Amino acid sequence: MAAECPVCVNEIDFEDDTIVGELLACPFCGTELEVVNLGPPTLEVAPELDEDWGQ
Amino acid sequence: MNVGFLHSVIRFEEKKLLEAFRAQQGVNIIMLDDRKLVFDLENVPPIDVAFERCVSHSRAVYSLQFLEMSGVPCINRAEVARVCGDKIETSIRLAERDIPQPQLRVAYTEESALEAIEEFGYPVVLKPAIGSWGRLLSKINDRSAAETVLEHKRLLGSYQHSIFYIQEYVEKQGRDIRTFVVGDECIAGIYRESTHWITNTARGAVAANCPITNEIAEISLAAADAVGGGILAIDLFESDRGMLVNEVNYTMEFRNSIAPTGVDIPARMVDFVVNHQT
Repeated sequence: MAAECPVCVNEIDFEDDTIVGELLACPFCGTELEVVNLGPPTLEVAPELDEDWGQ
Repeated sequence: MNVGFLHSVIRFEEKKLLEAFRAQQGVNIIMLDDRKLVFDLENVPPIDVAFERCVSHSRAVYSLQFLEMSGVPCINRAEVARVCGDKIETSIRLAERDIPQPQLRVAYTEESALEAIEEFGYPVVLKPAIGSWGRLLSKINDRSAAETVLEHKRLLGSYQHSIFYIQEYVEKQGRDIRTFVVGDECIAGIYRESTHWITNTARGAVAANCPITNEIAEISLAAADAVGGGILAIDLFESDRGMLVNEVNYTMEFRNSIAPTGVDIPARMVDFVVNHQT
């Protein structure tokens, strides 16, 4: 399974256990991406950090 | 058992936790993405327990409050999230139990904050009451820096940034301690080592195993209990006055802590969630 990076349009292979919502870094341009769909595999740029984010 | 997994994006931690839930017999995971949720005052989600893993403090607290209102047990509880997400509330809870912590002052105006800082002496640390990952921490070395930072916070920040949380600067010899508390046990700890005065691993600090001594376990469990208990990460400073509790974290991250400690932290967390309900 693979999807296109929305920033650099390179094809990124998914691991077998990839799930929706997962974050991954594009191995080509380094952009942090979120898996938003598995059928068809789709990536979007991950959400920007908000002020109240944390642990 | 239906476990509601309250989340935003799925990071390393959430993926490991989901794997650990899948390894449990009889557990059905219901994903609750906070970006898609709509709460109301009537409907009860079909879950037996909710496990909170949001990245947003505000969403976590409100979601947990709605779920608890519906009778759903939550880990951590909404009150625990609210207290831990706010450094002022955390400090008050720790003080109520006489748990050692760095000295602090809270002030609401530039003038009173500057007065408090001058009384402390330099350096001091200014922190946002709500915030994480070492963001917007300021080490103030002199009066000029204090005046500048206070003015910037008031003029450029939201109102929350004009609630000035002023903390004693603790010389921690290049490291602090992060412990992991699950229920009534301190399961692991790491040293966070850095040449920078901010020792968050999110800011590049390196994790190394920290053996859990009686002193570390005792203060960690006391801090966890003071904020309401559950699954919590405690940040400790080693100081001349002994161990001090710096912060308590309620949606703990552990990506850098499994390897050095050798403890399967997500499995221990999931065991607690599953057994908490039954």
